[in-house]
Amino acid sequence: MEDQKNNSGRLPRKRFYRARAHSNPLSDSHFPVPLTPSHVDYSLHYPYFFPSDQDTADDNGDVAGVSQAPIPICNSKIRFVDVGCGFGGLLVSLATLFPDTLMIGMELRDKVTEYVKERILALRVANPGQYQNISVDRTNSMKYIPNYFSKGQLSKMFFLFPDPHFKEKNHRRRVISPHLLDEYAYTLEAGGIIYTITDVEELGDWMRSCLEGHPLFEAVVEEDLEKDPVVKLLTSATEEGQKVARNGGQTYRAVYKRIAPQAVDENSEVKLVSMD
Amino acid sequence: MEEGSIEDGEKMSRETEVAPALIAIHPLEKSVVVAVGSELRIFDLQGDWSITLLGEDSGGPFHTDAIRAVCFGANGRVFASAGDDKLVKIWNTESWQCTRTVSSEKRVSAVAISHNGAFLTFADKFGVVWVVDLERDDEKAAPLLAHYCSIITSLDFSPDGQFIASADRDFKIRITVFPKKPLDGAHEIQSFCLGHTDFVSCFAFVHTSEYPQGFLLSGGGDSTVRLWDFISGTLLDTCEVGAQAELVESNGEECPHVVTDICPSSDGSLVAVAIQSLHGVMLMCCNFSARTLSVSKVVTVGESFVPTSLGMSCSAEHLWMVTGASNLPNSGPLAHVRVVSLCQKGLDPTVMEDGAVPGGKKLLEKLQGSSTLAKHGDALVAAAEAVKMAMRNLLIKREYSTEKRELRKKSRNDRKLKQIL
Repeated sequence: MEDQKNNSGRLPRKRFYRARAHSNPLSDSHFPVPLTPSHVDYSLHYPYFFPSDQDTADDNGDVAGVSQAPIPICNSKIRFVDVGCGFGGLLVSLATLFPDTLMIGMELRDKVTEYVKERILALRVANPGQYQNISVDRTNSMKYIPNYFSKGQLSKMFFLFPDPHFKEKNHRRRVISPHLLDEYAYTLEAGGIIYTITDVEELGDWMRSCLEGHPLFEAVVEEDLEKDPVVKLLTSATEEGQKVARNGGQTYRAVYKRIAPQAVDENSEVKLVSMD
Repeated sequence: MEEGSIEDGEKMSRETEVAPALIAIHPLEKSVVVAVGSELRIFDLQGDWSITLLGEDSGGPFHTDAIRAVCFGANGRVFASAGDDKLVKIWNTESWQCTRTVSSEKRVSAVAISHNGAFLTFADKFGVVWVVDLERDDEKAAPLLAHYCSIITSLDFSPDGQFIASADRDFKIRITVFPKKPLDGAHEIQSFCLGHTDFVSCFAFVHTSEYPQGFLLSGGGDSTVRLWDFISGTLLDTCEVGAQAELVESNGEECPHVVTDICPSSDGSLVAVAIQSLHGVMLMCCNFSARTLSVSKVVTVGESFVPTSLGMSCSAEHLWMVTGASNLPNSGPLAHVRVVSLCQKGLDPTVMEDGAVPGGKKLLEKLQGSSTLAKHGDALVAAAEAVKMAMRNLLIKREYSTEKRELRKKSRNDRKLKQIL
């Protein structure tokens, strides 16, 4: 199933996966899209945790070269999503930080997706037992988020250094927008967190104001941000973040929490407090 | 050379852009409206006369381009029409006066009025659903929700008015909580009904007194009618209409059986379904306790009559059908109306003769433009074909071969620059 070159365990080289920096999210898609979240093939993404029937039939127990029986993990669904994962830096960092959490990167550019695929496979070979909980898929997250995740399935969503789409005419192509936040709120569980960061001030303002104006999101307070180990990774783990740091650029961060819908009744307030 | 043919194809699709004829029945069967092209043709069944539309005092009174969506709302007190001229018009159904005209930024593809008549919602071709407060006079529409840059094909409120459903060409149906203050947007998504493997063209809620919440029925380009528990987004049953339609038509040709309209009776006992390959209408039965869907009968009309739109009043005595198109190369707008009598329980539903339909010849003269237009079989075939092509061009995702896709990329601006350099 896997390409020959992965077995070497050598990391793929970016120079062979050059791609344009932008991709049109409005164009019709020509890649397979899962019909429903239950059609997402976990055995393809996480063979270590979800061995396909074929693997077991072949008695190919040492899928990752570790043990015969795959280790079941408590959370059998994908919980973290990196939307527009680029070259996958964040996923790779998160993989070891949350070894029991399944996470996926979504990327629209096929060459970049191929790179991340190769990168993950190489890491898996080089580090037996590790990096089994991350994967990537080529898809248009702006159109197909509901095809991948059911209601309240996710606990973290990442939107790191997205395409700024400066022209006002193209603002509807921005990955954070008032209407798309409705869909992100749908897939996030109550208390789930959305992380956004950019080095473009205008886009930073835009993302913050979209989140601030949305009734289902609330800003995460500063002291919680300091406690959150993920926040530091937003700038340090991603390729884009490193580039900005190298050039001494400034970044604009907005981290918001999914809250239960207000106005249902007074009790929802109480529930919210007790959740923290 | 190849490139030229692609451009030709696109030009053609613009020329063949025709809108199907639509029909709407007053819930108490007080009136029947047929929309064909930019024209609204209304017959008052209660008074037994044709209605001549009165425009607004200010501004242009009528639609100037193809009407794409019509509906009665608030128990028939108001009527809405909208379409390619980017105008949404609200009509008082007593006086048939246009009481309000709302401008849309884009062409309008669907309209719905909340059950209490307080809000008008309409969807544009970019996938945004807008809401207008009918009780206030400021004309601005506010964005309610959006499907990401997808054409919304159908829009309606759930039987209890708690939810608004919207279907799109990306195989999706979205169920959204309709908020108390809709002008601030509808942000809470209840569910997505996913399972169609092609565009969703139409849907309708069915409910009975025992099941007031009801279910959702949807049809699309994948030749199926599906039954949903829309609260959870669970697919309950799928009815492949192709096999059933073929039993009747068996013309041997391979063609998709695109479902174009679903019209349930208000008591939930009967569901009429229009299919692009069927010269007639399919009647289905929804079993609420078993949560299943089955075909009970196929009523054939013959005369190349493929209905483009269906309508039924609350009493479900008659099933109204229209076929036609906004513009055809040789004949201009064409609409043809037939009625199926459903009233006698136990007796088979039958297609009524022209003279026997409610309103008689006078009604047909108004709605069709002529009472004797009937037997123009060729024109009807041409209209059905044009409507089919237009729908395909609008909703189907074109599959290009790899070579063709590369060729299309050549016309991309950045590539052009590179070639010059």
